[in-house]
Amino acid sequence: MKYSALKIFLEGLTGNKGWKPVWREPEPKEEYDIIVIGGGGHGLSTAYYLAKEFGISNVAVLEKGWIGSGNIGRNTTIIRSNYLLKANQPFYELSMQMWENLEQEFNYNAMVSQRGIMNLYHNDPQRDAFVRRGNAMKLSGAGAVLLNEKELRKVAPFLDFDNARFPIKGALCQPRGGTVRHDAVAWGYARGADSLGVDIIQNCEVTGLNLDKGVCVGVETVRGPIKAKKVAICVAGSSSNLMRMAGLKLPIESHVLQAFVSEGLKPALPGVITFGAGHFYVSQSDKGGLVFGGDIDGYNSYAQRGNLPTLEDVCEGGMAIMPMIGRARLLRMWGGIMDMSMDGSPFIDKTPIDGLYFNGGWCYGGFKATPASGFCYAHLLAKDAYHPKAAKFKLDRFRRGDIIDEKGQGAQPNLH
Amino acid sequence: MIINHPYLGPRDASEFVYKGDANLINRPNWDSKNSHQQFHDYLYLRDNPEGEHKELWYHEQGDRSWLIVTRNTITHEVLDVKLVRDVSVGKRK
Repeated sequence: MKYSALKIFLEGLTGNKGWKPVWREPEPKEEYDIIVIGGGGHGLSTAYYLAKEFGISNVAVLEKGWIGSGNIGRNTTIIRSNYLLKANQPFYELSMQMWENLEQEFNYNAMVSQRGIMNLYHNDPQRDAFVRRGNAMKLSGAGAVLLNEKELRKVAPFLDFDNARFPIKGALCQPRGGTVRHDAVAWGYARGADSLGVDIIQNCEVTGLNLDKGVCVGVETVRGPIKAKKVAICVAGSSSNLMRMAGLKLPIESHVLQAFVSEGLKPALPGVITFGAGHFYVSQSDKGGLVFGGDIDGYNSYAQRGNLPTLEDVCEGGMAIMPMIGRARLLRMWGGIMDMSMDGSPFIDKTPIDGLYFNGGWCYGGFKATPASGFCYAHLLAKDAYHPKAAKFKLDRFRRGDIIDEKGQGAQPNLH
Repeated sequence: MIINHPYLGPRDASEFVYKGDANLINRPNWDSKNSHQQFHDYLYLRDNPEGEHKELWYHEQGDRSWLIVTRNTITHEVLDVKLVRDVSVGKRK
């Protein structure tokens, strides 16, 4: 079923009785070419691109709960390609280009809204660092604009420019950055993958990996064993649990990241704004709520909820740059489990076990990567060759000293 | 979260800095045969368990002691707190 304005009009006239479920609820088959473990954004986009770009549609996506119940539904919906390092920036720019064509491609309204992202700077050295980052962005084709204080005052007059501790001197702006309706990304990919023949199997937790002479030949699930030529792990947050089944340790810690939404307010924010002296980022949803977040809680956690000191810290960050939000009431808050890697960068790689592939370690930057992550992972699965723009995301990079550390924090996951 | 400090009693977790897996006190021997491999595993690989986890917390806003806290990563419940010094001295004996 193709969606269009005419279809909505006609359904409106006939009592909306013609809509059908957008994906099937199939029973698992005995064997697949590829099993993708994890029905989140990355898993569903992997399955979609496997079928669409690489012609492999005998694929199952196994999800332990319902699709989109993990981090694809627990983020702050921001998309951007404003990284610095060569191993990262071209990949995220590929992702940004894929966001720009996504809705037309899979005929689903994901509400991609490129209202721009502005990273505030508060002093001269920070401005210089942003100039350097902006140049890296321009080299990758992402585009960047450095706004001085006067220009920034025009677009965001509500900011606390003359704050005594952290005066706001300007911002590095990526006009193509913005937000996307996150659930719709999962649903759009699910619908697209399903229509190309992929089986999306919900409530099907993987309880073990079947190895035969060191080769992964399938999985054990709560609904019985399923064979596969290749098994693709894509379960950020629970990566260590899955890889433990194969006897492998990862350079990853699981941490909880909280996010918050205020009550609905009149349109005030021009786009995404981030604090340069603390950790706070905010945008305004189409319903009017301020969607914001900050640091991870900072300790290993598998609980999808955090603690109050982090909430206080995030709100202090918000008050430091836009005191006008002080009267807004918090509507809801939630937590998601992040794969925090040892250098703050992700993995899209084969594992030492033949037939077993790994995608994870996205820290808290996985949402923006959803399209390119799925595409590059599908490329690796289909061709057994790395996509050139994701060729550095390897599991053994620490052994080789080829780390990708944007923040220069070293092997301390809670600081990335 | 409240961490029950062996000397100072119950203290709020926000007074502490989190370092990570308590295995980080077991530094490999630098002159062992495969120390390159051992240091890679020591520095970069983690058990990352779901459930009970032994971890290092530093009481930065307090007496600056290092603690080994046993904590449940699903419920955030703190189950046991020891001074790192006591544990490492115990190991040497």
